[in-house]
Amino acid sequence: MNSNVTRIPTTIALTLALVSGLSGCGGNKPAEGGAGAGSAASPAGGGGGGPKPAGGTILIGHYGSMTGSEATFGQSTDNGIRLAVRERNAAGGVKGKTIELKTYDDQGKAQEAGTAVTRLITDDRVTAILGEVASTLSLAGGRVAQQYGVPMISPSSTNPAVTQIGDMVFRVCFLDSFQGWVEAKFARETLKAGKAAILYDQSQAYSKGLKDYFKKAFEYQGGIVTTEQAYSGGDQDFSAQLTTIRATKPDVLFVPGYYTDAGNVSIQVRKLGITVPMLGGDGWDSTQLAAIGKDAIEGSYYSNHYSFQEERPEVKNFVEKYKADYGRVPDGLAALGYDAARLLFDAMDRAESLEGKTLGAAIAATKGFKGVTGIISMDENRDAKKSAVIVQMKGGIPVYVTTIEPPQ
Amino acid sequence: MDGVAVGSLYALIALGYTMVYGILQFINFAHSDVFVLGAWISYTLAVGLGYAAADAEPSVLAAVGILLAAMAACGAAGFTIERLAYRPLRRAPRLNVLITAIGVSLLLQNVGQLKWSFGTQPQRMPSVLADRVLGSVAGVQVHLVDLIGAGTALALMLVLDRLIFHTRLGRAMRAVSHDTTVAALMGINVDAVISFTFVLGSSLAAAAGFLYAMKYPGLNQPAHATWVLLGLKAFVAAVIGGIGNVRGAMLGGILIGFIELFGAAYLSPHLRDIYVFSILILVLLVRPSGILGRAVAEKV
Repeated sequence: MNSNVTRIPTTIALTLALVSGLSGCGGNKPAEGGAGAGSAASPAGGGGGGPKPAGGTILIGHYGSMTGSEATFGQSTDNGIRLAVRERNAAGGVKGKTIELKTYDDQGKAQEAGTAVTRLITDDRVTAILGEVASTLSLAGGRVAQQYGVPMISPSSTNPAVTQIGDMVFRVCFLDSFQGWVEAKFARETLKAGKAAILYDQSQAYSKGLKDYFKKAFEYQGGIVTTEQAYSGGDQDFSAQLTTIRATKPDVLFVPGYYTDAGNVSIQVRKLGITVPMLGGDGWDSTQLAAIGKDAIEGSYYSNHYSFQEERPEVKNFVEKYKADYGRVPDGLAALGYDAARLLFDAMDRAESLEGKTLGAAIAATKGFKGVTGIISMDENRDAKKSAVIVQMKGGIPVYVTTIEPPQ
Repeated sequence: MDGVAVGSLYALIALGYTMVYGILQFINFAHSDVFVLGAWISYTLAVGLGYAAADAEPSVLAAVGILLAAMAACGAAGFTIERLAYRPLRRAPRLNVLITAIGVSLLLQNVGQLKWSFGTQPQRMPSVLADRVLGSVAGVQVHLVDLIGAGTALALMLVLDRLIFHTRLGRAMRAVSHDTTVAALMGINVDAVISFTFVLGSSLAAAAGFLYAMKYPGLNQPAHATWVLLGLKAFVAAVIGGIGNVRGAMLGGILIGFIELFGAAYLSPHLRDIYVFSILILVLLVRPSGILGRAVAEKV
């Protein structure tokens, strides 16, 4: 009996919350403050001062790994996107409307990614979607977006299969095939490496793909791959693989994994007395690489989407604002999140309406967009054609070495 | 050498699983998270004491201090978990306790990721102990850290063994494990014994966490899947040794460490997890009660 008494008010409260929540996320309704049901979104998306755009809001969605093993990916990307949204709202929004961002956490899990995108489209009725970083999750989310005909831009999924889902899925980063080629070219021409050994993460499609592309390009350019060894992401002991690698006397060690593992690998590489430089991909890009690797990672190289030391005005402006807002140097994922959001706003400006097909066509028509991560043009596969940079770890920070343009 | 070092860590964690199982007949799934807590508390203390600085001098005193502090903190955590989560369910069906254990595990993982606790970033454990190569035996390098790690683990296990088989408290633990009701009738404070078991198991897990962080300084973030796998392997060690049997857990841990690292070194490193779980299947098929499952009558 006692429990009945308490249960009734709870039910009423829940219903009320639900009703007010539903009416709040209508999206096309001229909302006063834009107070949606957003318990997941932090208030940063609304924008503080500046000139208030008059007519309503445009809701866009972001799904990413805000928690879980790859939490830094989602968090960095979200920071970049939120910065772009604030900037745009301060400059009057898009088509006279305020941009509002809603972020859902997918915990780095594929099934959660699908659910998050479904929620964004059916519950929140977003105009467009940004996400994900990991290719497996973009594949899960992209299928849902394609099915409902809502454009989705992946900031940083480099696996070719992502944009092959259909005409509603785009990306603003380069592909692994290009990245593998860039690294092989750098190893052959700049490092003058004749022999390369590979240690890759067998549990990540990203790492396996990049390894294959690197190997192909490196051998095509006249190099020899001495051995291919594998580990599983999160492993702590690489001594068996590294002993084999040491015996083949390579000139360079290619480690196309993520930063935590790369840092751990570097510690043991130096412990075993291997002195050749290590080479990695954009998965290395995190401040934690130096935090974990310390001395061991010094002198190693990786390819990335941009370097915060580049002199281009877009880069300077972005790095300055990001530092002011978040108190640290933006990594490549933050830059790509920022570019994805800005490219979307640019397409919204050009599109006659914000209906899925029209907006999608406008994104596909993007040519020569000046982003922080290079000049972006969409090709016929909805992939971005752009340059890559090579950086070297020196004194705990990635120092800009060179830019490599795509082959014509 | 790595086999002994890693194996003795598995053994330390396995002890916590096996002691709790011996007394309560349930698998404490939150145990591996206490191990993670131990590793991360060690990291926090080491950074707090200024060992993250490049010119910090390693010191044995600080290492012992951090080890004991982490053990005390995790012991307290183990006590709290038992008091708040498991004790209210003492008379509930075992399945409820099991599900609660999974809940506690998720709670610890997610609290560990919060900004004010350990965060979502992997970190580098500062070197509190100086590591150097002491020499090599048959082509195998012997590192000081491995030696200290294995030595500490073995010492702790010896202390535990003495405690269980040669003290009044140990006798009480064995009695509770044998028959809780009768033990209670004989005037043993069952709740206190169970609490003590949790404190003991958790502080051993914390010691394993500290030693693990010393050996593999790149700490994965608190909810990383690797930690779960490590805990799972320790659990396998407990099962192989005979769950509920303390000496079996020690044996199982070292066995698992050897099998994993020898398999990785001489067969193929790609399948290292598979060796461990194949052994589990083999043991379950041939001797379901574990290697020492029946050999020793008294279980704790």
